[in-house]
This record gives sequence, structure tokens and C-alpha cells, in this order.
Amino acid sequence: MIEAYQAVVLLPYAAALVLAALPGYRAGAVGNVLAAAATFAAGLWLLFDRRTIGNYAIVDEFNVVFVAINTLVGFTTALFSASYIGHEIETGRLSPGFLRFYHAMFQAMMGSMNLALVANNIGLMWVGLELATLITVVMVGLYRTPQAIEAAWKYFILASVGISLAFFGTILVYLAGQPVLGEGLPSMTWSLLQAAAVRMDPALLDLAFIFLLIGYGTKVGLAPLHAWLPDAHAEGPTPISAVLSGLLLNVALYALLRFKMVMAAQPAALDPGPIMVVMGLVSLIFAAFMLYQRRDIKRFFAYSSIEHMGLMVFAFGMGGPLANFAGLLHMAMHSLTKSSIFFAVGHVAQAKGTQRFADIRGLSVTHPRLSVVFALAVLAIAGLPPFGVFTSEFLILTTTFARAPWLALLPAFGLLVGFGALLLRLQDTIFGEPIGPAHRVDASSVPIVLHLLLVLGAGLYLPPVLVSWFQRAAELLG
Amino acid sequence: MRFAYEISHLLAGVMLVTSFALLYQQRIASVLMAFAAQSITLSLAVAWAAWSEHRPDLFITAAIAFTLKGVVIPVALHRTVTRLGVHREVEKVVGVGMALIVGLALSGLSQALVVKLAKAMPGLAREELALAMAIVLLGFLMMIVRRNAVTQIVGFMSMENGLILAATGARGMPLVVEVSVAFSVLIALFVFAVFVFRIRERFDTIDIEALDRMRGDRQ
Repeated sequence: MIEAYQAVVLLPYAAALVLAALPGYRAGAVGNVLAAAATFAAGLWLLFDRRTIGNYAIVDEFNVVFVAINTLVGFTTALFSASYIGHEIETGRLSPGFLRFYHAMFQAMMGSMNLALVANNIGLMWVGLELATLITVVMVGLYRTPQAIEAAWKYFILASVGISLAFFGTILVYLAGQPVLGEGLPSMTWSLLQAAAVRMDPALLDLAFIFLLIGYGTKVGLAPLHAWLPDAHAEGPTPISAVLSGLLLNVALYALLRFKMVMAAQPAALDPGPIMVVMGLVSLIFAAFMLYQRRDIKRFFAYSSIEHMGLMVFAFGMGGPLANFAGLLHMAMHSLTKSSIFFAVGHVAQAKGTQRFADIRGLSVTHPRLSVVFALAVLAIAGLPPFGVFTSEFLILTTTFARAPWLALLPAFGLLVGFGALLLRLQDTIFGEPIGPAHRVDASSVPIVLHLLLVLGAGLYLPPVLVSWFQRAAELLG
Repeated sequence: MRFAYEISHLLAGVMLVTSFALLYQQRIASVLMAFAAQSITLSLAVAWAAWSEHRPDLFITAAIAFTLKGVVIPVALHRTVTRLGVHREVEKVVGVGMALIVGLALSGLSQALVVKLAKAMPGLAREELALAMAIVLLGFLMMIVRRNAVTQIVGFMSMENGLILAATGARGMPLVVEVSVAFSVLIALFVFAVFVFRIRERFDTIDIEALDRMRGDRQ
């Protein structure tokens, strides 16, 4: 009998094989949606399934939250992509052959991310995350324009450096675990490493964590290591931008948090908290200021992702049940909102035939419905009530204020700066004087509305079931 | 036991020397030669570990390192560079002297860090880790100070060599060496298939500077 945690990994991989063999891009798009729906069902099943800790897989309160978000956004992105990608064929940006490749790769990427999430082995997790990263590198270069190749090359180089440093960190963790847990598999198993961390050499763990922080931090897009992120988001197909921002960054953050849990179990080792607080704040404030200079709409929202990842890293760095709870909630809200924004941006780019802010003006005149959806999504990510992002940001700020009042000023300042940039851009795109062409938009707005409804619902009322889940996950984080 | 350590130590030391050699080459052909030498030394070090520690699976790792990174990739890269007929010289961001000084500092740093940190480990395994870490950092340095696509790839693969050396030194680490070799092969194939040819196709050069002009923000 197959287990839920096996299903979330194997289903997408099997689908990737089928989709690679399936001729015809329409069939591929339908197959992609069906496979993603099945994976989402498996993700929900995992949410209610019993918690297990095995040799290779771990299912605990912490990672089921990630898997659930991952499979949900994977499903809605597949829906969006099915309605969006036909347009790319019509405009000649992609050929049907590439589209078949795209669908197979999409599923392989989903499978790899889920593998990284359920793996109870630091090596396996590394493999999953790296496979997902390499696949997104290929996807970013899919259009083969000079800009896309430049973006893919930069992403590839920085991601490879990240891969290598994270792998070196993984070896160091193994070396720290080996005298305590013995040679072989046990010294690479999450649950055992965490339990035995007290007896490990703290200095070796410190060194390992530095490498892991730089390695996986590159993938999270933390400030000095973020250079790949805006280009990768701007030049790839829009569904991939949505998955990058909404999911892959989360998986990298998940890996970092797992190692933080190991570090926290050894009191003599370095406390990752203050480092994460500083890196998070630097990313948050830096990205907020960078927002003002962006001329490309996807690049703009990529910087907004850096800003929000910074805020999450800050919250997890603060630690404690409330800050962790807020961080997890913010992660869920950001995934949903940011992917819906990228869906909407895809529509906007199709409507105006460009990604340049200067050429996107006056949407409220030319595309009234789209402009309302887009404006709501941007207001949601800006952190206006009653959307869920407001709830999580408010929680992060208040819990920081209760513990370190002066420190709370910095994230509040960063968020305000970012808020200004968002409103400024929104003003022009929605109400400016309409210029340029106005094409018809074919893509479906169902995924955007669905995400926004979820975010709105979470902002108005968080069901107690959800709250207790997030609380238990936050407790595990310590 | 002592003797076995001395040999693996020596081989790791030779690898570090080739890492420095990578930094001061003037022509791409000699960079590739130095890289091939480093990979072959790596395969010897891994084979020695396989023989002396009775871990036969490591022979596979050694064989892969030898054939692919020691022969196939350097030859293929060399042929690509010759065929393109552009930029046979290594393009530098900083000069050789500066790069070597920074490289020395990095090696010293990794030695100091590992020796001071890992009290729990046996002395000689510790030394090997320090050497591996220095090789990783020097590969990193090479990716920063050399701007041509080929030299950046070589820097990355030299980093990978250091990683495989470290993984070999970590006794009993399951499957990791195989996985990392599989990864480096995947990455190398990927580089060939996607980038080198396509960058050439679009820009008539493999200089990364040409790419930098294509940033979406500078329009």
C-alpha cells in the first residue's frame, strides 16, 4: 500500500514521464492540471494522515504545512498555465515541442520540491532541492532570448555556488554527527541528528551552519546573495515566476529552518537567531528601497518577494512560538498572494504585450475587470487589511514590539517603504493615461480569485483547526 | 594507517597546488590542462581511499572523476574554445598577484578554522578537511575573479573537486560521493547543451560581459 508521503513525490514524477511522451500541447496542459490536482489531493491526504518518522521520510506537523501549500499552489499554477500558455504558442514565443518539455519539467520540479520537503535525510533533501533548482534554471532560459539566457546563466552560476556550499555544509553536519551516531545513514537522518545534537561538537556545527546559511540562503534570496532572483523571475515564463516566488523560496527556507532546529538542540553552538534577524532585516530594507527603481513589472514583484522572504527570515530568527507562528502564517499568505500577483501580471503582460511599467498604464480604462483583480492582489501584498498578509505582518511586528521595541521599528520602516513603492506603481498602472496596444486576455482569472479569496478568508477568520496546526508547527520550530 | 593518511594527504596537497595553478594561468588551454591535472589527482586520491579503507564503491567515483573530469570535459571544452576561435586569453577581473594573495589568505583561513574548530576529529582527517575546504574556496575565488564563461565553469568544477575530496574524507557517508559526481556530470552536460553553444549563437562570444549588457533593467 502506498503512503501519502510517497504519493506526493511519486505522482508528479510519474506524471513527468507520461507528459514527456504525450504528443499535443493541449493534451499536455490537461494532463498537467490533472496530475497537479491528484498531487494536491495527496497533499491534503498527507495533512490528515498519521505522522511518521522513517529512515528516509519524515511527516511531522512542520512539513505537512509546507507540502499542503506546495501542492495547492502547484495545482492552481497548472490551471493558470493551461489557460496562459496557449497564448505563447500563438505569439510564436514557444513551439509545441518546447511546451511538452515544459509540462514534463513542471511535474518533475513539483516532485523534487516535495521530495525535499518529506525527506528525513539531509542528503536526499539536498538532492531534491538541487534538482528543483536546476529544472527552474532550464525553465528560465526557455524563451531563448538574449535576456532569458543572461538570466538563466546568472541563476545557474549563483545557484551552483549555492549548491556546492550547501553540500559542503551537509558534509560538515555528517562529520559532526558521525562520532555520536556512527558511520552511515543514521548520521544523515534529520530526526536522529536533532535528537543527538547535544552530544555533537558545537564548533563543527557552527562551521556547518555558516556554509548552509550561505548555500541555502542564496536560494532563499537573502540580500547579498539575491542577484539571480530578479532576472530569473523577469525572463522565465510567468507560471514559473509564480512557482519560484511562491514555492521554491519556501522550500529553501524550510531546509534552513530544519538546520536551525538541529542548531537549537545544541546550546553550546552558535545561536542562528541573531544572524537570521540581521540577514532578514538587510534583505527586507534593501529590497524595499530597490522597488522604487524597477522598470520591469516582474522584476518589481521579484524584489517584493525578497522583501517578504526577509521578513519571514526575520520572524523565524526572532523565534518563540508567536514569532514562528507569524512567520509560518506569513509564508502561507505570501505564497498565495505572490503567486496570484504573478498570474495577474501574466494577464497584464498579455494585455499590453510588454512587461515595462512605462508602457502599462490606465488598465482601469482598457481592462476594467483585470484592473480590479490586479489592484486587489497588490493591495493584499502591500499588507492592507482585511487580507491575511496584514494579519501575519501585524503579528510579526507586535510580537517583536513586545520583546524588543526598538528592533520592531526596522521591519516596520522597511514595510512602509515597500508599501509606498507598491502604491506608487499601482497608481500609474491602474489610473494613468492609457497608452499602447490593448489586447484581449484569454487566460483564466479563476486561480487569482481563488488565491485572493483564501487570503481574504484567512484575514477575516482563521479557522481554529488551521490555527492549531500552525501552532504545533511553530512549537516544533522552538 | 599512518602511511595511508600520508599518501592521501600528499594527494590532497597536490590538488591544492593545482588550484593555485588554475589562478595564475594566462591562456584558457593551460587553465584546462591544470584542471585536468587536478581531476586526475582527485581520482587518484579517491582510488587510494577506496583501496586503503576497503571501500570498493569509491572506485566507481574515482573512475568517473578520471574519465569525465580528467579527460572528456577538458578535451571537449578545449575543442569548443578552439572552434570558436575567440578569447584564447584568460580575461581577468583582478590581476594574478592579487588573486594569489587572496588565495593564500583563503587557504590560511580554512586551515586555521578547521584546525581550531574540529577538536572532535582525528588529526589527519582534520587536515584533509582543511585542504578540501581550501580547494572549495579557491574554486569560488576563481569564479569571482575570472569572467569568461569557460573559466567560470572550470572554477565551479574545481569547487566540485574539493567537495568530492571532502566527501571521501568523511568516512562512511552513504552514497554522497556518487550523488555529487552524478550532479557534476549533469551540470557539465547541462552547460554544454544549453549555454556554451547558445551563448555563442546569440553573442558571438563567450565573454560574460556581453551577457551583462542584456540585463532587462538597462534598457
